[in-house]
Amino acid sequence: MHLVVCVKQVLDPEMSPRDFAIDPATKRPVAGKAPLVISTFDEIAVEVALKLREAAGSGTVSALSLGPKSADEVLRKAMAMQADRAVRIEPGSLGEPDAVQTASALAAAIRERLWPADVVFFGRQAGDTDGGQVGLMVAEILGLPVVTHAIGVRPGEGGKLLVERETRDGVEVVEVAAPVVVTVTNAPSNVPRIPKVKDVMAAHRKPIDVVELPALPVPEESRQSWAEIADLFVPAQDHRCRMMEGDSVEARVDALVRAILDLKVL
Amino acid sequence: MSVVAVVLAPEGTPGSGVDELMGCAVEAARATGGELLALVLAGTERTALAPTAERLWRLGARRVFAAADPALRDSDAGALVAALAGLVPETGASVAVLDGDPLGAQVGPRLAMRLGAASVTEVVEVRGVDGQILWVRPIYGGKAMAAVRARRPRTVAVVRPRVFRAPAAMQEGPVPADAVVHLSLPAGALGGARPRVVERRAGSSEGQKLEDARVIVSGGRGVGGPEGFEALRRLAEVLGGAVGASRAAVDAGWAPAHLQIGQTGKIVAPDLYVAVGISGASQHLAGVSGARHVVAINKDPEAPIFRAAELGLVEDYRKVLPLLTDRLAQALGRGGDAARAS
Repeated sequence: MHLVVCVKQVLDPEMSPRDFAIDPATKRPVAGKAPLVISTFDEIAVEVALKLREAAGSGTVSALSLGPKSADEVLRKAMAMQADRAVRIEPGSLGEPDAVQTASALAAAIRERLWPADVVFFGRQAGDTDGGQVGLMVAEILGLPVVTHAIGVRPGEGGKLLVERETRDGVEVVEVAAPVVVTVTNAPSNVPRIPKVKDVMAAHRKPIDVVELPALPVPEESRQSWAEIADLFVPAQDHRCRMMEGDSVEARVDALVRAILDLKVL
Repeated sequence: MSVVAVVLAPEGTPGSGVDELMGCAVEAARATGGELLALVLAGTERTALAPTAERLWRLGARRVFAAADPALRDSDAGALVAALAGLVPETGASVAVLDGDPLGAQVGPRLAMRLGAASVTEVVEVRGVDGQILWVRPIYGGKAMAAVRARRPRTVAVVRPRVFRAPAAMQEGPVPADAVVHLSLPAGALGGARPRVVERRAGSSEGQKLEDARVIVSGGRGVGGPEGFEALRRLAEVLGGAVGASRAAVDAGWAPAHLQIGQTGKIVAPDLYVAVGISGASQHLAGVSGARHVVAINKDPEAPIFRAAELGLVEDYRKVLPLLTDRLAQALGRGGDAARAS
């Protein structure tokens, strides 16, 4: 069984809004002191893939990322968690790719370097753009079915897979034949493992297969951006917090009750 | 450039997001100066579509395209994508907007890819600039907003739920005979091997769904333990709302995972969000940026939640909540004695 997990390196989503700034020239966030990390849901996707490999008894987990040299760190993180191998697509002069450019590059690399694959895993959305698009688009490009909001995958009968997924009403189990794209969401059952120190060290010695984006067979029109960020801005705070005042807790609570009722939403 | 609001109704009747979707579509049509259309795809007989078609016409669609097939009821998103890839071009619209419920969020980017269209998700605002649309959406966990411009002739946009308002004006009178156009599903749209649901387990049925709640009372690390959530539950009950939790409270095991609100949990958009003992980490705020009014109760005056809140009370919630629950119950005429007794 071959499982591919696509992982993205993002600006730490936990960074405080106070430290967040946008470079007016490039319309991109200023990295500043914020660390670059593996996108939250992608890390969970690695965990779900590893659990499937364990349940299947054998198999290979390949981590794939589109990003500059620094993205090696998220691939090493996946390998420290026990992914078997890693491929990085070097974007070169591409700059900040949009969802279509990203999906096209990933799909081409999967086809060229990582096929055949049984499952291609993604996080449900990236920790920076929150778009939730790339996994769905890769499925379209590769012509694969998709199961979204998965919390776990296990082998089923006749070579099929059973995907447990979150729905608005609870949980459902979906039977699907490989190959398939699975996008992953968080659940208590798939909290990412913390790598052992020796595995972290070992991951740093493992090779990362680097593919140059221009060398990949991506259709010309998908090398262009289909949806560009024309403007990026920090939303204006339209209200200052009104603090409840009064001599006693009772008085402050009464002030809050009046203020809540004045909102006229109850 | 005409705009088509795409309404997915595999179960027969459209979901609750139709009014808001049409609200967004009206704005998009205004921005481009084009005609507003609607397309409904329903897992029902054609004859059952009349009420939905009329509703869409009243909400402003000049023409309603309708495609119905009972077989859509058991289909997955892939079948809807295949059907829409044929149907959307038939409407002549160059912009398609979908509601961002879990189904629409899944269909949008796939449909865009299939049509060679620009794709944008989580849209919270539409701006018209020189006859072009800028789609505004939160990015970086709501720390910034991105205005996205399509660079393709077609666009598929997915609207964040519970953000737009229903259209202000309604079309009145009898629906013109030529306002509803029936379309047939493209051949083969329902074929092929697809994921098959083999088991369904209902989640906790306790209370209402966070995504639908008009009022949410939410607790964080400051609540201090699972018993503290009892007090939140009582307030939520009086307000007719739901209980939520921050990741810290979920990680601590005080609240179940399905109540988690934030970037890695539920994205909510209530009219009133009461944050109790929540510090306001940015990943949490990303989940509540759609709330109309935020009230923060926290004993730490420096907590970042106060920067996101409209009304603040610096106090230990243990002293506040019983009083607040009681007084609101009296003011609203809802079970004040019960709130006091429990």
